[in-house]
Amino acid sequence: MIVEKQENRTTGRRVGVYVCHCGLNIARTVDCRKVAEAVAEMEDVAVARDIPYACSEPGQHSIKEDIAEHRLDRIVVASCSPRLHEPTFRQMVQSAGLNPYLLEMANLREHCSWVHMNEPEEATRKAVDLTRMAVARVRNLVPLEPEVLPLTKRTLVIGGGVAGIQAALDLADNGYDVVLVEKKPSVGGTMAKLDKTFPTMDCSI
Amino acid sequence: MTDVGRHPRIKLLTLSEVVDVKGYVGNFDVKILKKSRYVSENECTACGECAKVCPVVRPDEFNFGLSSRKAIYSPFPQAVPSAYVINVNECLGHNPVVCAKCVEVCDKGCINFHMSDEEITERVGTIVVATGMEPYDPTELDEYGYTRFENVLTSLEFERLVNAGGPTRGRLVRPTDRRTPGSIGFIQCVGSRSARKGASYCSNVCCMNTVKSTLVLKEHYPDMDVKVFYIDIRAFGKGFEDLYTRSRRLGVKYIRGLPGTVEERADAGLRVAVENSATNSIEFHDLDMLVLAVGVKPSAATQRLQEMLGLQLTPDGFFLEAHPKLQPVDAATRGIFYAGCAEGPKDIKDSVTQASAAAARAIRLMHRGEILTEPITSEVIAEHCRACGKCAEVCPYNAITVDTKKKTPAVVNTAACAGCGTCAAECPFGAITMNHFTDVQILDQIDTLLEEDPQDKILAFACNWCSYAGADYAGVSRLQYPPNVRLIRTMCSGRVDESFIRHGFARRAPIILVSGCHIGDCHYIHANHWTEKRVARFRKKMEKLGIRPERLQLEWISAAEGTRFSSIMHRLEELRKEVSLEEIEETVRILENGAGVRRDSPGSE
Ligand SMILES: Cc1cc2nc3c(=O)[nH]c(=O)nc-3n(C[C@H](O)[C@H](O)[C@H](O)COP(=O)(O)OP(=O)(O)OC[C@H]3O[C@@H](n4cnc5c(N)ncnc54)[C@H](O)[C@@H]3O)c2cc1C
Ligand code: SF4
Ligand code: SF4
Ligand code: SF4
Repeated sequence: MIVEKQENRTTGRRVGVYVCHCGLNIARTVDCRKVAEAVAEMEDVAVARDIPYACSEPGQHSIKEDIAEHRLDRIVVASCSPRLHEPTFRQMVQSAGLNPYLLEMANLREHCSWVHMNEPEEATRKAVDLTRMAVARVRNLVPLEPEVLPLTKRTLVIGGGVAGIQAALDLADNGYDVVLVEKKPSVGGTMAKLDKTFPTMDCSI
Repeated sequence: MTDVGRHPRIKLLTLSEVVDVKGYVGNFDVKILKKSRYVSENECTACGECAKVCPVVRPDEFNFGLSSRKAIYSPFPQAVPSAYVINVNECLGHNPVVCAKCVEVCDKGCINFHMSDEEITERVGTIVVATGMEPYDPTELDEYGYTRFENVLTSLEFERLVNAGGPTRGRLVRPTDRRTPGSIGFIQCVGSRSARKGASYCSNVCCMNTVKSTLVLKEHYPDMDVKVFYIDIRAFGKGFEDLYTRSRRLGVKYIRGLPGTVEERADAGLRVAVENSATNSIEFHDLDMLVLAVGVKPSAATQRLQEMLGLQLTPDGFFLEAHPKLQPVDAATRGIFYAGCAEGPKDIKDSVTQASAAAARAIRLMHRGEILTEPITSEVIAEHCRACGKCAEVCPYNAITVDTKKKTPAVVNTAACAGCGTCAAECPFGAITMNHFTDVQILDQIDTLLEEDPQDKILAFACNWCSYAGADYAGVSRLQYPPNVRLIRTMCSGRVDESFIRHGFARRAPIILVSGCHIGDCHYIHANHWTEKRVARFRKKMEKLGIRPERLQLEWISAAEGTRFSSIMHRLEELRKEVSLEEIEETVRILENGAGVRRDSPGSE
C-alpha cells in the first residue's frame, strides 16, 4: 500500500511549543524568540513561546496553564537533551491531564547552542529546523499505555558462593522466596577455601 | 553460610544445575537437574560413622588432593547442608551392591542407593547469576614448573595448607618432606596481565591475597624469608595500602620482575631466575617453596548460561552488564542480574556489595507483584503479515513467534520486546508498527528537515543509548562542529528502515548518516548487526542505481565518544561539500523512476 504524503495536512491538533533559553545557555547563541515565531506559523501550532527556564517550577506551571487555557493536546519543549529532562516533562504533561507520550523534545542545547557557539545565525537556523522537526513528530504521536502483566515474586539465584548467598539472604529477608541452585554438594564457593581474608584478616566463613 | 540452609524462604538445591530456562521477565520457567546425594539431607546429622567404615580412599578435591577422603564424605567441616554425600563413581555399594558397609552403621537409615536424579521445575520472576570464578590453571605456564616440581603450589592450594581446617591443621609444610620451609616465594600475575598466556586483564584480588598471605606467614613464622615477585602491587582498595606497608615493614622482600625460569635443586628447593627491573640485574633466588598467585577466570558454566539466558559476555569471558557505569548489576535482558565474580574478578567485599545491589534491583522490579511494560514495543498488523518469519529471525530477544509452516501471523510478546524496532525495519511487508517510532513519525521529521535548502543539510540517525548520547557529550564538552547536521533519534540503529534512507535521498539529502553503538555494545544485544547488514545492502543498491554509495555513511559512536562524534561531523561536512546540486537532482530522477516514492507501511498511521 502506498500512501502519498498530503502536503501541509491539518490534523486538528493543538500543539504548544516552548523554546527554552536555559538562562543564557541556549539564548546566548540561539535567538529563541525568532525560533518561537518561525514555529508559530506551522500548521496545528496553537501556542509558541520562548521561556527562560522550561524545567523550573514557574516554567512548568506556565506550560500547564497554557495546556488548560488553550486546550493544548500535545507539547513540544525545545530545550536540553531528552536524555536529561524527558522524564521531567512527561510527568508535567501527565499532571496536566495529557498522555505522557504526547510530548516531544528538541535538543537546542547539547546539539546546537553549545556546539555552534561562534555561529549564532546558523545555530538559530538549525534550532528552527530541530523545533519544526519536533512539531512534525509530535503531530503524529499517539497516546500509549504501559501494559500490566502478572509477575511471580520469586527469584532464582544461580551459584552459592558468597555473592549468591548474600543475594539470596537479602531477598529472603525482604520477604521474597528464593530458589538457590548450587552445583557442588555445599554452598560456599571459593571463599569457603580461604583461611584468613583481606582486608580484615579474619576467617572467611 | 548456615543461614542459607535454614532460612524458611530459601529453597536450597545443591548438586544441582539449571538445564533450561523459558519465558521472560516476571515469569521464567526454570528446569533444574538435581543429582542424587544418596544420603538424606534432612536426616543426616553428619556424625561421620559411615565414613569411618568406608573402604574407598580418594584424594580430597576440596584440598586439591593434599589430603584424602572416603567415597562417602562431608565436603568440608562447615558445609551447608551438612549432610554427607556419596560419590557414586567411587562407591562399591551402589550397583551391584557389594559393600554397603555405611548403610549398616547408619543408625538413622539415611543412606539409600536407590535415590535417583530429580528434575525440578520452578517458576520465578527474576534471576540472579552468581556463578563466580574458576582459578587459573597454571599447567600451560610450564616455565614455573607447576607440573614438574612438587613444591610449587597455586595460591589456593597454599590457602588450604595454612587453613586451620585444612589437611595440616594450618601448619605450613612442604609437600616433599612435610617440613616447614625456611624461605618461600610468591609469583604474581600468574595467568593475568599477559598477552601471551592466560588472560590480559588484572585479576584484581591476587596482589592483596599475596600481601595477606605474607602477613599470615610473618605472624606464625617471623624468621621465614618471604619474597614476592611482581610487576606492580595493586593495593587500591580501602585499607589495602596499610596492609601492604605493614608487610614491607615486617621484612617481606618485594622484587620487581617476574621470574623467567624456575629450576629444582637437589634438596627439592627451587632456584628462581629473575630480571629485577628496579636494579636492572639478573638475580637468582633459592627458595624452599614457591606459590603461584593464580588469576581469576570466568566460571566454566558461563557460556552455557549465556546461551540459555540470552546474555552477553565481555571479550574476557565474564558477563556483560547493561551499562558498565550506571547499570553495573543489570543484564541487558530485563529481570536478570549479576553478582560477584560472574561479572568480573573482584574481592569478597565487592561481591557482597554487588549481591546486595542485585537483590535490591530484583526487588525493585518485583515488589508491585505485577510488571509494567514500556509501551514502546512493536505490534504486528495481522492482515498484512505473510508469516515469512523474518521478524522472528532478527529479534534479539526472541520476542516474536510465527509459525511459517501453518502461515499464522506473527505475534509479539510485549513483555519480552525491548523496543529496538529491528523487526519493523526488516519486515518485507510493512506489517510491523513500532510504537512511538512509526514510519510516519520518522518520515515527517525527514520531510520537515529537508523542506528548505536540503543540499545544505546532513540527515543523521542516532540511537538513543550511544550515538545520540555521544552527541550530547560533544555538547557538554563544548566541542564545536559544523552546524549542518540534523539528528533524528531512534531507540536503536536497528530501527532505521531502508525506506527512510531512500526517502531522505529522494527528498534531496546530500549525505545520510546512520549511527549506533559499537558492535558488541548494542543496547539491544546484537540488533546493530542488522543495521550493518542493511546499510551494506543499501549501499550496493545505490551503486547499481548509479548513486555514490559514500553518500550513505555508517558510524559507531559510544556515549563517551564526544570527540569522535564531533570529528565525524567535520568529516561529513567535507563529504557534503562534494555533493553538487546536479548530483542531487540526478538522484531524485533515479529514485523517481524506481521506488523513490514515499512508501508508508500500512500500519504506520
Ligand atoms: C586464591 C584466592 C584468594 C582470595 N582471597 C581473598 C581475600 O583474602 N579477601 C577477599 O575479599 N577476596 C579474596 N578472594 C576473592 C574471593 O574468593 C571472591 O571475591 C569470592 O569468592 C567471589 O564470590 P562469588 O560468589 O562471586 O564466586 P565463587 O566463590 O566462585 O562462587 C561461585 C559458586 O557458584 C557455583 N556455580 C558455578 N557454576 C554454577 C552453575 N552453573 N550452577 C550452579 N552453581 C554454580 C560454584 O560451585 C560456586 O559455589 C580470593 C580469591 C582467590 C582465588
Ligand atoms: S591483582 Fe596483582 S597479581 Fe593479580 S593480576 Fe592484578 S596485578 Fe597481577
Ligand atoms: S517479517 Fe513481517 S510478514 Fe514476516 S512474519 Fe514478521 S510480521 Fe509477518
Ligand atoms: S522491536 Fe526489537 S525487541 Fe521488539 S519484537 Fe521487534 S525486534 Fe524484537
